[in-house]
Amino acid sequence: MTYIAKPKLHHPSLPTNRLGYTRRDYEGSVSTLCAGCGHDSISAAIIQSCFELSLPPHRIAKLSGIGCSSKTPTYFLGNSHGFNSVHGRMPSVLTGANLANRDLIYMGVSGDGDSASIGLGQFAHSIRRGVNMVYIVMNNGVYGLTKGQFSATADKGSKSKRGVVNSDEPIDLVGMALQLGATFVARSFSGDKQQLVPLIKAAILHKGAAFIDCISPCVAFNNHAGSTKSFDYVREHNEALNRLDVIPERQTIEVDYEPGSIEEVVQHDGSVLRLNKLAPEYDPHDRIAALTHLQERHAEGEVVTGLLYLDPTPRDLHDHLATVEKPLNALDEAELCPGQEILQRFNAQHR
Amino acid sequence: MKATDVSNPDYFHKVVDCQWACPAHTPVPEYIRLIAHGRHADAYMINWKSNVFPGILGRTCDRPCEPACRRGRVEKDPVAICRLKRVAADNKGDIAARLPQGPFPKNGKRVACIGAGPASLTVARDLTPLGYEVVVFDGDARAGGMIRSQIPKFRLPESVIDEEVGYIVDLGVETRLGNHVSSLKSVLAEGFDAVFVGCGAPRGRDLDVPGRKEAAANIHIGIDWLASVSFGHVEKIGRRVVVLGGGNTAMDCCRTARRLGGEDVKVIVRSGFEEMKASPWEKEDAMAEGIPIMNFLVPKSFTHEGGRLTGVVFEKVAPKFDDKGRRSLVPTGEPDLHVPCDDVLVAIGQENAFPWIERDAGVEFDRWGLPVLGEKTFQSTNPKVFFGGDAAFGPKNIIWAVAHGHEAAISIDCFLRGEDVAVRPPPMTTLVSQKMGIHEWAYDNDISNELRQKVPHAAPDIALRDIKVEVELGFDQKLAWAEAQRCLNCDVQTVFTPKLCIECDACVDICPMDCITFTENGEEEELRGRLMAPALNLAQDLYVAEGLKTGRAMIKDEDVCLHCGLCAERCPTGAWDMRKFYLEMTQAGQGCRTR
Repeated sequence: MTYIAKPKLHHPSLPTNRLGYTRRDYEGSVSTLCAGCGHDSISAAIIQSCFELSLPPHRIAKLSGIGCSSKTPTYFLGNSHGFNSVHGRMPSVLTGANLANRDLIYMGVSGDGDSASIGLGQFAHSIRRGVNMVYIVMNNGVYGLTKGQFSATADKGSKSKRGVVNSDEPIDLVGMALQLGATFVARSFSGDKQQLVPLIKAAILHKGAAFIDCISPCVAFNNHAGSTKSFDYVREHNEALNRLDVIPERQTIEVDYEPGSIEEVVQHDGSVLRLNKLAPEYDPHDRIAALTHLQERHAEGEVVTGLLYLDPTPRDLHDHLATVEKPLNALDEAELCPGQEILQRFNAQHR
Repeated sequence: MKATDVSNPDYFHKVVDCQWACPAHTPVPEYIRLIAHGRHADAYMINWKSNVFPGILGRTCDRPCEPACRRGRVEKDPVAICRLKRVAADNKGDIAARLPQGPFPKNGKRVACIGAGPASLTVARDLTPLGYEVVVFDGDARAGGMIRSQIPKFRLPESVIDEEVGYIVDLGVETRLGNHVSSLKSVLAEGFDAVFVGCGAPRGRDLDVPGRKEAAANIHIGIDWLASVSFGHVEKIGRRVVVLGGGNTAMDCCRTARRLGGEDVKVIVRSGFEEMKASPWEKEDAMAEGIPIMNFLVPKSFTHEGGRLTGVVFEKVAPKFDDKGRRSLVPTGEPDLHVPCDDVLVAIGQENAFPWIERDAGVEFDRWGLPVLGEKTFQSTNPKVFFGGDAAFGPKNIIWAVAHGHEAAISIDCFLRGEDVAVRPPPMTTLVSQKMGIHEWAYDNDISNELRQKVPHAAPDIALRDIKVEVELGFDQKLAWAEAQRCLNCDVQTVFTPKLCIECDACVDICPMDCITFTENGEEEELRGRLMAPALNLAQDLYVAEGLKTGRAMIKDEDVCLHCGLCAERCPTGAWDMRKFYLEMTQAGQGCRTR
């Protein structure tokens, strides 16, 4: 923990984005997590992503549950809306907020305890409903706040700091998200911002349930030999499938790549995701093949990262429910009370 | 790039911009911290050891440290280093007991110092405690040289000069004042083992244009006139005064004239306002006293009537730049300007003059009339004769004179011990961790957002009435504390130990100035382009460390680092540490010889 506030002074040539903000304007207060925590790097990646996309901070809502990861929304986007909910209940609160005001960008921040243990059901239902959100799990495989017990995502056979070997099967959140119909699924690593930042940007632009599992070593309790979520283990076993470039529509594209190694995916808003394929045979549009690949590599002890699955034409909860276009707080009296005639017609439908 | 060798004293010294820029290399951040703690006497002693005249320099220094100050690159204005030095001097109390205590056992060697200015006095101070018998000669009746004769009392009260010159004389230095030395050979004949020439650049440049001779009674050479004022020989000047020249002497002349009856005082300069040699703050102070500065006017002739000066005629010019960017002043063709006045002060430069050094005394001079010297040794072609201050390399300023004095004293000490003067002693350095707890440091690492504090001035109506009223009142303790807190503690260095690093990026994420990048190593120019935030100022080095697990290198751009220590606070393994780098220049004496 750091006592002093981060100095206000910044680099004299710090760039500004389209809104005139610097990256520093997207920061929150100084982190109280342990020094070196992977979560702080993910916070920095979120800050960088929102800065690069020139998002107006007041149009973002960040929601979280309980845990080290769920503390992080304090440390980024200090000028955005925030809601720190009950343990594991972030997905419900987010779903409700999204139904009430569909105009905001929703960022659900959770951890392996918050999403894979107490909130597993909540996680599952928000994904299967297709809530338009970025759901980030900061996954360190341990309960850091209670001093390092294995969490539900800890790999079978991995060793705790005390030397105890985990005998339980892990929950693979990426596999579940794929099965439950998430339209954007990715995995990344807090120690690789070059991969993580474009994934977060793409997830923000994606209009549907976007899930990112981000491995984030716990320096205090899960960064030792024998752990499968340590900096060293992940760096050694990281199998990146692709690198992503996110090109908002207003930019022109003028970079040459080797044919065959690049796939461009145009999203509904006109933005372009350019996939630089590191594993040419991998098809990120085949949900079943993705599941198989993940399980095969996991059995080998490899950690597959990158954009794992993408449906470029997603439908979200609002499409499913055919809700009104406007956020509820923007509906005026005429829209909310359409009159006696409409009421009678409506009642007639239900007789 | 090659990995940085932080054991080279120059590496961290360069990071401390102020100390690096100071000719005497005074440890600035260290004494500023002491001032913040109210330890004024300790702050004063650091200064006294390094620059000999803290109270004098705290009012009159040319401040090469301030344009260099890192604060000026990350905010707007540098820390007011010079005025903080004065705070230490004003509040130090009695420090007599902390000075070297004589009498010192004599070593039988005698050294003559010609001139009692800052360079000579520095030599005397450095050598006397070592047992040398030092004799200082000066034509003026009191010691101090240009400090006493040329700097007006409203900038530097006499009491400050008396005190700090006194500290040196009281060490047991013999002074022979009031008699001009007219022969080097006769000084040598007195049996001195070495002679140090610190007689300054005593001749003010004259302006030989038509009317100069006829109106001579009202045309004065700036530095001579200032000396006459200083010693009480001149107490009045005409109502309308023209000061010719754009240096600090011109500023002293015009402000002095304002106090001696000059109501309509103008400074008229050949060059443009920006190129003037005067320090920006001296120009501001002059203008604040109602003195206009007129530029691009070249004096052509003096007008006179019946042997009395009536004015100066100027030709109007404009700057013109050739393809190489060199500037020349070309007449605009407009009609000449006649400025009527009663007196003219000529402050267009100073020259060295050594009429008292016989041409066969073994001291060679170059074609500009300056002595031929060893660049670092200050030894002339007569091995017994050393030079320093303005006498060595032409007019500079007090702090350079002090730096020369220290170096010359080392040379004289080596020479008289039969050692090689060309072997210069390395500086003394220490590097000590400031860590006290997980996130507690032995220095205040919280960065102040205060802007530069203004020094309070005496009310103009009071200040202009009496030449002895000091204009600047100096910071009070509250302002001094606020100003001291602006210092970024650049001497507390970020030291990186690659083998401890786990590459978690915590330092990269927290750094408020984007100084740190982990990337593949490369050639400097290409590498700089790949950094988080490429520097605008390329004078500061990149700190390169190799030996990380991923094979990348840690590159830290030293340019705008705030030394806030957050990288070290957020580092889980202690790969970053904040260590105080203290560099003290080695002076003549024991420290020099034990190395």
